[in-house]
Amino acid sequence: MIITKQKNFDELLRSIDSKPVFLVGCSECATICHTGGKDEVLALKQALETKQVPVSGWVILEPACHRMNDKLMLKDHAEELNNSTKVLVLACGNGVQTLAGLMPEKEIIAGTDTLFLGEISHITEFNKRCVLCGECLLDLFGGLCPVSQCPKSMLNGPCGGSSHGKCEINSQVDCVWVRIIQNLKKQGALQTLSIIQKPKDWSKAGEMNRRI
Amino acid sequence: MSYRSNLEKSLSEGRFAVTAEIGPPKGADPLKIRDKAILLGGCADAFNITDNQTAVVRMSSLAGSVILLQMEMEPIMQMTCRDRNRIGLQSDVLGAAALGIRNILCITGDHQSFGNHPAAKGVFDVDSLQLLQIIKNMRDAGIFQSGDSLLAERPCVFLGAAANPNADPFEIQVDRLRKKIDAGAEFIQTQSVYNLEKFSAWMDDVRSQGLDKKVHILVGITPLKSVKMAERMKFHVPGTDVPDLVYERIKNASDPAKEGYQIALQTIQELKELKGIHGIHITALFWEEIIPSLLRESGLHRQR
Repeated sequence: MIITKQKNFDELLRSIDSKPVFLVGCSECATICHTGGKDEVLALKQALETKQVPVSGWVILEPACHRMNDKLMLKDHAEELNNSTKVLVLACGNGVQTLAGLMPEKEIIAGTDTLFLGEISHITEFNKRCVLCGECLLDLFGGLCPVSQCPKSMLNGPCGGSSHGKCEINSQVDCVWVRIIQNLKKQGALQTLSIIQKPKDWSKAGEMNRRI
Repeated sequence: MSYRSNLEKSLSEGRFAVTAEIGPPKGADPLKIRDKAILLGGCADAFNITDNQTAVVRMSSLAGSVILLQMEMEPIMQMTCRDRNRIGLQSDVLGAAALGIRNILCITGDHQSFGNHPAAKGVFDVDSLQLLQIIKNMRDAGIFQSGDSLLAERPCVFLGAAANPNADPFEIQVDRLRKKIDAGAEFIQTQSVYNLEKFSAWMDDVRSQGLDKKVHILVGITPLKSVKMAERMKFHVPGTDVPDLVYERIKNASDPAKEGYQIALQTIQELKELKGIHGIHITALFWEEIIPSLLRESGLHRQR
């Protein structure tokens, strides 16, 4: 799941600058993390109208990052789009760019900040799990990822700042290395920690496209 | 026997070594380093020049180390993994060796969120263990991290690492030390020690695994100058353990600085008796002027 956070309303108002705007939401991630589903799009529509911002229409794309679906779905909104100068997208950065690719003549406003690829731990709680590094190393670490969950991405952790199971930079966050050690212990595989992990091959994170 | 550095020579010949820390200035004035160096000259076998410690921008450790070399003092150049990727780190290792630096201490580094540029992007391309291994391979095998060969000279450096006997989880810290030795650490400087009981327990484990025979251990000493500093170390600095007893002593003292000095002196005396310890590493934050007398009184002042 791509976890997003809605941008501050005042910031959105400044970006829209009282111009007519068309709103786009997304049926997948942004719906599940409550940033760009139907409820949020309609709430934003109402809030904008209260501020006298003309909203020409809205749509929830299925999902916003699906270029072919977008093309089809947006056909039904051609007139509303014609009546807008700006398109505000409540989806992840990927969805925003798909829309920008489809409508190069429109000014596209990113309505969210894209935070991470994460787990839905609770209906309102999301936790970072992946930075899309291109080469999964989870087998080495008891199934937990230090690349995404350790702020220093240490492959030979923990650092000296781990304290009572928490991370030194945020005492609300578990030290992933403590959890890795606990998992490996339960798996009877603690000895794997004695292996010095080599520097990561970051060239794998450089892929720009994939075709099947 | 030829040694790469005085520090290596002192340690290898079995003398109780002393290293001291010199923090570079938040500015370009070389005198800030020279003044501290003049004060401390002759006190220690080698002097750590920190690398933007606590993620606050300061004069680079490479430049600070060269200033010491110009004064015929021996630097231990600290290198963190926070600000440079493997290309920058290896390049600076070559440059440091070319300029005459013979001791390098490899650390992962404090996270940038603690410093004066919290908006900076942390690099952390490699960690301290990987950096040790990279430099060891450059030195011993003549290869860069990628496997490409060094041409011309290899960097002839004595390699150090940090260890934290106070860190969590306690049970893995000795394994971590062994891993650092395997990666290439030849000397260890520990975090500041105030809790001698806990430290002795750690050393028992270290000795039981024979690690004190494989690496030279220098124990960190940071004299507490004030109640405020004791509080900061006790409650806010990650990875330090100031026991209640030590804290109370500073808090109830009529002259906390004097008490802090006495505590440091006692700690050094006790450490000298502890088996497997090869020296001390003094970090006197903004209180360098006490180091000469601290060493004299603990009987560690000698001609170097």
